[in-house]
Amino acid sequence: MIPLSHYLIVGALLFAVSVVGIFLNRKNLVIILMAIELLLLAANMNFVAFSHYLQDLSGQVFVFFVLTVAAAEAAIGLAILIVLFRTRRSINVQDLDRLRG
Amino acid sequence: MTFLEIVFYVFSAVLIASSLLVVTVRNPVRAALFLVLAFFSAACLWLTLEAEFLAITLVLVYVGAVMVLFLFVIMMLDIDIAQMRAGFANYLPLGLIVALVMVGELTLVMLSGEFGDAELPRPVGQPADYSNTEALGRLVYTDYVFAFELAAVILLVAIIAAISLTLRRRPETRYQAPEEQVKVRKEDRIRIVRMPSRPGEDP
Repeated sequence: MIPLSHYLIVGALLFAVSVVGIFLNRKNLVIILMAIELLLLAANMNFVAFSHYLQDLSGQVFVFFVLTVAAAEAAIGLAILIVLFRTRRSINVQDLDRLRG
Repeated sequence: MTFLEIVFYVFSAVLIASSLLVVTVRNPVRAALFLVLAFFSAACLWLTLEAEFLAITLVLVYVGAVMVLFLFVIMMLDIDIAQMRAGFANYLPLGLIVALVMVGELTLVMLSGEFGDAELPRPVGQPADYSNTEALGRLVYTDYVFAFELAAVILLVAIIAAISLTLRRRPETRYQAPEEQVKVRKEDRIRIVRMPSRPGEDP
């Protein structure tokens, strides 16, 4: 049978791939948002795996809430992206220096 | 190798490969489509963990709604891909080092013998008449009902935020103003003028 550690390793690999994605696509805001979705998916994978192996449904309830927050985050993030593109005609992260941060 | 193991390894491989493609492919539209594939294989992996409701929710919410939103936005924007890709290779070594350290540490923890087959054996499946949706619903509407209401409020705030951020009034476009239209009275539009019906006659 599949041990729990294999599911956890899949989650860890997914997490690492999406962190690399944030590093690689430091200019493209759309891909960064997609990588954040993948990060949340990796976290959810661990929640579901532990929920099954420990026979406790609370883990799945937490995944439910994470999905809710991720959907809200995607909607607001894309809205900000559109407003940004309207004002700057670009979604390059390095153009976002108006606040001089 | 049992059928379940074959399913697990195939879908895990598809999940990791498609997530790699999401972050490396040039075209953002293709990245979004590979993200769909990644979410779909993750849903199949959750099915092997007997989380049927969440697997279907993932397909409905992500593949159905969020990815369509992503595709809409990508196609609306006019992105210069070549300029976006500049410096792609510069960040690769640092990213790879961070990823390798992270995977190494996590794998070390997970293979440390705490999460193996002997310590935490895979539970036997639920009986055929067990409903994952029903069990989850019981839990959400009893123990976690406050958190559930908060999630609803978060979604409402997200709707309001997304609409109010992207709503814009363009001064050059002409709108109808229904509230002004229904307020119009007869006196505003018609003026009755008394005129003689024949020349020389009093009105």
